[in-house]
Amino acid sequence: MISVTTVRRPARTLFVQIYFVEIFKGLMITFRHFFVNLAKHALYAVGLSKESGAVTIQFPDVPAMLGLRARTRHRLLKREDGTPRCTACMCCETICPAKCIHIVAEDSPDVRVEKRAKSFDIDLGLCVFCGYCVEACPVDAIHMDANRVELSAYSRKDMIWNMQELLGDKKKEPSS
Amino acid sequence: MSPIDILAKLWPLILVASALGFGLNLAGLLAYAERKQSAIMQDRIGANRASILGFKLWGLVTMVADAIKMFTKEDFIPKGANKTLHAIAPVVSLGFALLCLAALPFGGMVEFAGRTWSLQPIESPVGLLFVLAMLGLGVHGVMMAGFASGSNYGLLGGLRGAAQMVSYEVCMAATLAGLVFIYGTLDLQQAVLWQGRHVWGICVQPLGFLLFLTAGAAETKRAPFDLPEGESEIVGYFVEYSGMKMGMFMMTDFVESIVLAGLITTLFLGGWQIPFYTPAGLIGGALMLASFVGKVLLVLFVLMQIRWTLPRFRFDQLLHLGWKNVLPLALLNFLATIWLVYARTHS
Repeated sequence: MISVTTVRRPARTLFVQIYFVEIFKGLMITFRHFFVNLAKHALYAVGLSKESGAVTIQFPDVPAMLGLRARTRHRLLKREDGTPRCTACMCCETICPAKCIHIVAEDSPDVRVEKRAKSFDIDLGLCVFCGYCVEACPVDAIHMDANRVELSAYSRKDMIWNMQELLGDKKKEPSS
Repeated sequence: MSPIDILAKLWPLILVASALGFGLNLAGLLAYAERKQSAIMQDRIGANRASILGFKLWGLVTMVADAIKMFTKEDFIPKGANKTLHAIAPVVSLGFALLCLAALPFGGMVEFAGRTWSLQPIESPVGLLFVLAMLGLGVHGVMMAGFASGSNYGLLGGLRGAAQMVSYEVCMAATLAGLVFIYGTLDLQQAVLWQGRHVWGICVQPLGFLLFLTAGAAETKRAPFDLPEGESEIVGYFVEYSGMKMGMFMMTDFVESIVLAGLITTLFLGGWQIPFYTPAGLIGGALMLASFVGKVLLVLFVLMQIRWTLPRFRFDQLLHLGWKNVLPLALLNFLATIWLVYARTHS
C-alpha cells in the first residue's frame, strides 16, 4: 500500500518577506554560536575545560581518530614463536579486487605447514581498503586496524609495503 | 617658532596621516578578523599555522605571510588588457576609499597648551557630501578594472559593480536625507555635536539606520551583496589581477567597510560622544578617540557577522531590493521626517 504524503511549502508570510525579522533570527543563531564557541576556546586555552570550541582535528600534531571499526592499513600477524602466520595460500591475493597483493611462496621448514611467504607485498596505492583479504584469510594472518592512516609517500614505489614493514619489524622509510 | 607652533602647522598633516594609517592597519586586521571570526562562528579554528621563530600570535603571523606573498607575486597583465587603465584601476579604487576616512571626525576639540586642536583631519561644512561623493567615485575603479582586463568575466563583474553601486548610492543618499534634515547640517562634526545635545541619531531615525546599514553594506560590495566579485560564478572585476594589485582591491572592500562603520558611528551612534560625560583636556581627547574607535569596531563586528550569516542575493533580487524596497521606504521616511519636523516647529 503506497501512501502519499503532501509536504506543504513553507508559507512566505509578511514576516519572511520583509527580511528583517528573519535576518535577525539568523543573526541570533550565529551570534550565539560565536560567543559560546569563544567562551569554550577561552576556557580551553587556560586549561579550565577539556573541550575546545572547534571540532577541527589538527592531524599531524594530533593523531587522527577515525571510527573504531574503520579499515585502514594492513598488519601481518605472527605466531607465538615469532614467525609470520601467513601460509602463502594465496586466498587474499585471489580475492583482492584491486590486485594489490603480491605473494611469493616457498617451502616451509615447519613440517606441519606446507608453504610460507617468501615475500608479501601490498601496494597501498592500489588498495581499496575493502577488507576482503582479512575475511578470506584462513589462518588469521592479516588484519586491518583502525586509525593507522599515515600512508603518504612521495612516489608510487614508496606506497608498496613489504613483509618486514607489514609485520612491524621494520619502520617504513622513504626510498632515496 | 616654538615646538608647539611647528606642531600646530604640521597638525593637519599628522591627522591625515594617522587617519590613513588607522584605515590601512585596521583593514589588514579586518582580514584577520574575517578569517578568525568566521572560524569561531563555524566551530573551526582558522588560520593558525604560519609562525615566526615559533610565535604564531593566534594566527596573526599568517597575515604577515599573506602580505609578503601579495608583494612578491608576479604582477601579471593579460595580453588584451588596456595597460594604463589596468594599472590605474586599483589605485583609483583604494585611493577614493581612503580619502573618505580623512573627513570623519575622530574626535572633537581638545584644549592643550593654550590652543584648540581639532581631531577631525578635514574640517568641511560639506563633510557628509564629501564622504558620499568619494564612496561613489570608487565605482570608477571597479568599472575601469572590469573594462581594462580584456576579459568577459571581468567586464561582467564591472558591469554588475557599476549597476549595484550606482543604485545603492541613490539609496544611501535618500536614507540620510531625513537625518540631515533633522541635524540641519552637512558638517559631520556639527552632526556629532547635535547628537551630544539631543539624542543619538539611531533614536530619531531607527528605520533610516536599518536602511542605511543595508544600502551601505551593498555599497561596500561585501557578502551578502558581493555580486561584482561573485567568486563562485564569474570571479569578478579583478579576475585578471594578481599580486598587490588584487590585494589593493581586497583592501578597498575592507577600507570601505571601515568608512561605512565610521559613517554609521558618526551619524547614528553619537560619533565620539560618551553618554553622560563631557570629555575635556588631553585625557578627554584620548577618551573621544577610544569611544569613536570602539564604536567603529563594534559596527564592524556586526557587519562581519552579517557577512557570514546571510547567503548571497541573486542580481535581480539585489536591484529589486534596492529600487523597489529600500528607496521607496527611504523616501517615505524622509517625507515623514519633514512632516514631523514641520509639525513640531509650527505647533
